Amino acid sequence: MARRRNFDIRVQPGFGLIALFTFFSLYLPIAALVAYSVNAADSLSRWDGLSLRWFISAWNNQAVQDASIRSLILAAWAATFATIAATMAALATTRTPRYPGLTLKYAFINQPLMVPEIVTGVALLIVFSRIKVWTGYSGLGYLILAHTAFCIPFAYLPIRARLENMDLTLESAAADLYATPWRTFRRVTLPLLRPAIIAGFMLAFVISLDDVVITEFVKSGGQDTLPTYMLGQLRRETSPEINAIATVFLALSVALVTLFYFVNRRRP
Amino acid sequence: MASASETARAADAKDRRSRWLLSAPALLIIFVAAVGPLFVMFAYSFMEKGDYGDVKFGIFSLDGWSSVLLARDIFDDTLGFADAHLTIFWRSISLSFYTTLLTLFFGFPTAYFIATRPATSREIWVFLVTIPFWTNLLIRTFAMQQVIRNEGLVNTALISVGIIDRPLQIMNTDVAILLGMTYVYLPLMVLPLYASIEKLDFKLVEAGYDLYASRWQVLRRIVIPLVKPGIVAGSILVFIPSLGAYVIPRVLGGGKSMMLGNLIELQFGAGRNWPLGAAISITLMALVMIALLIYVRNVSRTESGHG
Amino acid sequence: MPDQPQRDAIDVRGVRKVFGAGDYAVTALDTVSVSIRENEFFTLLGPSGCGKTTLLRLIAGFEYPSEGEILLYGQDIAGLPPHKRPVNTVFQSYALFPHMTVAENISFGLEMLNRPKDEIKTRVSEMLSLVRMEELANRRTSQISGGQQQRVALARALAPQPKVLLLDEPLSALDYKLRKGMQIELKRLQHETGITFIFVTHDQEEALTMSDRIAVMSAGKILQVGSPRDIYDRPAERFVADFIGESNFIEADVVGVDHDRATMRLSSGAEISAAMAKGSPPSARATLVVRPEHARIVPEGAAASLNGTVENVVYLGTDTHFHIKIDDGSTFVVRQQNSADAGPSLSPGLRAGVLISSDAAQLLRS
Repeated sequence: MARRRNFDIRVQPGFGLIALFTFFSLYLPIAALVAYSVNAADSLSRWDGLSLRWFISAWNNQAVQDASIRSLILAAWAATFATIAATMAALATTRTPRYPGLTLKYAFINQPLMVPEIVTGVALLIVFSRIKVWTGYSGLGYLILAHTAFCIPFAYLPIRARLENMDLTLESAAADLYATPWRTFRRVTLPLLRPAIIAGFMLAFVISLDDVVITEFVKSGGQDTLPTYMLGQLRRETSPEINAIATVFLALSVALVTLFYFVNRRRP
Repeated sequence: MASASETARAADAKDRRSRWLLSAPALLIIFVAAVGPLFVMFAYSFMEKGDYGDVKFGIFSLDGWSSVLLARDIFDDTLGFADAHLTIFWRSISLSFYTTLLTLFFGFPTAYFIATRPATSREIWVFLVTIPFWTNLLIRTFAMQQVIRNEGLVNTALISVGIIDRPLQIMNTDVAILLGMTYVYLPLMVLPLYASIEKLDFKLVEAGYDLYASRWQVLRRIVIPLVKPGIVAGSILVFIPSLGAYVIPRVLGGGKSMMLGNLIELQFGAGRNWPLGAAISITLMALVMIALLIYVRNVSRTESGHG
Repeated sequence: MPDQPQRDAIDVRGVRKVFGAGDYAVTALDTVSVSIRENEFFTLLGPSGCGKTTLLRLIAGFEYPSEGEILLYGQDIAGLPPHKRPVNTVFQSYALFPHMTVAENISFGLEMLNRPKDEIKTRVSEMLSLVRMEELANRRTSQISGGQQQRVALARALAPQPKVLLLDEPLSALDYKLRKGMQIELKRLQHETGITFIFVTHDQEEALTMSDRIAVMSAGKILQVGSPRDIYDRPAERFVADFIGESNFIEADVVGVDHDRATMRLSSGAEISAAMAKGSPPSARATLVVRPEHARIVPEGAAASLNGTVENVVYLGTDTHFHIKIDDGSTFVVRQQNSADAGPSLSPGLRAGVLISSDAAQLLRS
C-alpha cells in the first residue's frame, strides 16, 4: 500500500507559486540591468556579446569619478555623525521609566521617516538657499548636515534594539564592583553595544549613499553625488555606461547589506 | 528621613539632566535639517511668489494655497478648478492605493511562503527579500525601466515569440509607474507581513481544521484576522512612500504622468511658484498624517482587542 | 569593645521604599529595621514580592531609600552610589560580563579599585583556587556550565574582599543536585573568608540549612528574626508558621498565664501547656501552632489531647501522614516516621487520639 502523505496544515494552495513568481520578478530586472552592463553593443537595444568596455568607460569618466568620491566622503561623514548622535540618543531614551519629553524625543528622532523625502527636500532648499546667499558658503556642509539628519533614525534603530535587550544587571554588577559610571560605560556598555553601533553605522552609510531626492534639492552646482549624476543621465538617451555604474553600485550595496547581516547576527 | 529621600531625588534629577544632554545632538541636528525647515516652508506658503522663484519675503498672500486646487482662466480671469492639479492628486492617491493592493496580493503569499519554510532556509529567503530592500531605489527603478521599455526585456521577448509585432508602449504611462512602485515597494510589504505570520501559532490553524474548516476558511477566518497588524503595517509602509514618490514617476512616467512629488518639484523649478509648491508639500504631508492616524487607530484597536 | 564578634555589620534603621508616585505608588518596604552581625550568615526569607530583594538592592546601592538610614559599621551609606560601597553582590542571573573571560571577570573589581597589577594577579589566582576554577580561567563565560558560572560570580564578588557579600537568590537557576552542593560550598566559603553574607531566598529549606539567623519577610515587613530553630519551632506569627514547614492551627481558650508559658484548654476539654511569643499578652482565645511531627497518634481516650476519626492515610516513603478529623470539625495532621517493624496499621474510618506534648505547642501573637 502506498504511504499516505500527511495533511500539511501549513499549505495554502497557490501561495508557493505566487511566492516563487515574486522572487523571480524581484531579481529579473536586476538581472537585466547587469546583463546589459556587460553588453558590447553601443545601445541598449542590441546584444553584441560580452564585454567590459562600459565598465572601463565609466571608470575613465571624470564626472563619474568625482561623483563617486563625493558620495563616499559624504556617506562617511554623515554616517559617522549620525551614529554618534544616535548612540547618545539611544542611551538617553532606553531603559528608563517614562519621563516628560520622552515621547517628544521619539517623535523627533523618527520624524525623518514620517515625512516624504520630496517635502523635506524642498523645505531644505528653501532654508539652505537663503543661508547660502547670506553666508556665501556653498560647500559640502549642507549635504552632510541634511544626510546626518535623515540617517539618525536608521542608525538609532539597531542601537536602541540592542540596548533594550541588554541585561541591565551587567551594568549594576560593574557599579557594584567599584566601576564609576564612566568606566562602567567604557568597559561594559560600549563593548557590548559595539556590534549594534557598527550595524547602525553601516545602515546609515547605505542610506546616505542611496539618497537621491534630498541631495537633488540641497546640492549646490557641481556637487553631484553618484545617484544624482545617474538621475541626470537618465533624462537623456541612456548608454550602457550607466548600467555599468549601476551594477557596481548594486554590488557595493549587496556587499554592505551582506556584511550588515552577518555583523548583526553575531552575538557575543 | 529627609537626607535619604533628597539623595534619591537628586539622583533622579541628575539622571534626567544627563538624558537631555545625551539626546541634544540628535535633536538639534534633526531640528535644524528636518523639522525646522518644515515650519519655514509653512510660512513660505503664505507669502507672495517671487518673479524668478523664491518669495517676496514678508508679503502675505493666499495665492499659493488657493492655486492648489483653483486656477484663474487665462482668457476671462474667472476662477475654476485646476483640473491638472486635481488629476495629479487623483493619480497619486489611486496609484498608491493600487500599489498597496498589488504588493499585498503578491506580498502576502510570499511572506506566508517564507514563514512556513524550515527555520534554516527561512533566513535565506528573508535575506533574498532584504537585498532589494537595501538596494538603491534609483537603481531598482532603472532596472524596471530595462524590463518595460520599448526595446526592453518584455517587448523583445513578446516580439520574438510573435505575440505582438510592434512594442507595447508601457513607458511614460500610469501603468509603468504602477509596475515600478509595486516592484520597488514590495519588500516593504513582505517584511512586516513575514514578521507577523512568523509569530502565528499554527496550533490555532490545526484547531481550525479540527473544527471542519476548509483551507480557504482557515485562511480567511483564522490566519488573516490573526496577522492583521502585519497587513496594516505593510499597507501603510507601502502607501505612504507611494504617495510621496518622486523618482519613480520621474524616471518611468517621463514627465507625462506626474505625481504629487513631481508637481512639487515643478513649482520649485520651472514653475517658479514656491508658495504653491510649499502649499502642495504641506497638503501631501497632511495626507500622509491622515494615513498614519488611521494606522495608529487601527493598531491600538487590534491591540486592545487582543488584550 | 570594637572587635567583639557581636558587632553589627549592617544596621537598617526605619527604612521605607516607595516605588512610583501618586496613585501608582507601591510601598515595597514598610519601615524596616534590622541589624546584621559581623561574620554572620544572614538570610532574608519570604515569598516573591515581599521586599527582600528591594532590601538587598538598598544595601547594595542600586536603589536609594525613600526614608530611613542604612549603616555599614556605624556609617550611613544610604546616599552612596554602588561603586562607592565596600559591598559586593552575587546576582540572581550572575550578570557575568559576556565579553570577558573568567579571569577578567574576577579581576574587574580589583582593576576598578586601581590595585597594583601583581596584587590583582595573585588575588585572581587565589580566588580561582578558592572556587576550584583554575583550569577554566581563560574561558569565555558563555562557554562554561551554570554551576561554574555561579562559582565565577561568587569569586568575582569575593575578590575585592567586601565587608558584606550580598547574594540575591543565587542558587535558584541551578538544578536540585547542584543546588545541594552549592549550599555546602557557600557555607564553606563564608567560613573560610569570614565575610558577612546576606542571602536572599524564597526557599525555606535553603534558609534553614545554611543560615545563622533568618529574617522572615512578608508584604514589605520583617515579621520575625531568629535562628533557624527559633523560626521553625517557635514561629511568632501565623504567616511564619504557614510559610515555613507544615503546621496545624488550633483555636483554644487561655486558662492561665505564667511567665512565657500559657495553659490552654482545647475543644476536647484537655488542657496543655504552650510556649508564648514574647511581647504580647494573649487574649482569652488564641491560636496554637503544632508541627505535624511534634504530635503522636495514641489510642482514643481521656489521655489523648484531641480525639477524632482517621480520614486519610498518606504514605510518603520515609514517613506517613495521618489526617484526623477532630470531633470539633477541624482537621489535624500527624506525621510519623516509618520503621522496618511496622506498627499497628490505622485505616480510614477508625477512631484515634492525638497527643500534643507541652513542648510541641506554640502560642501565636494575635
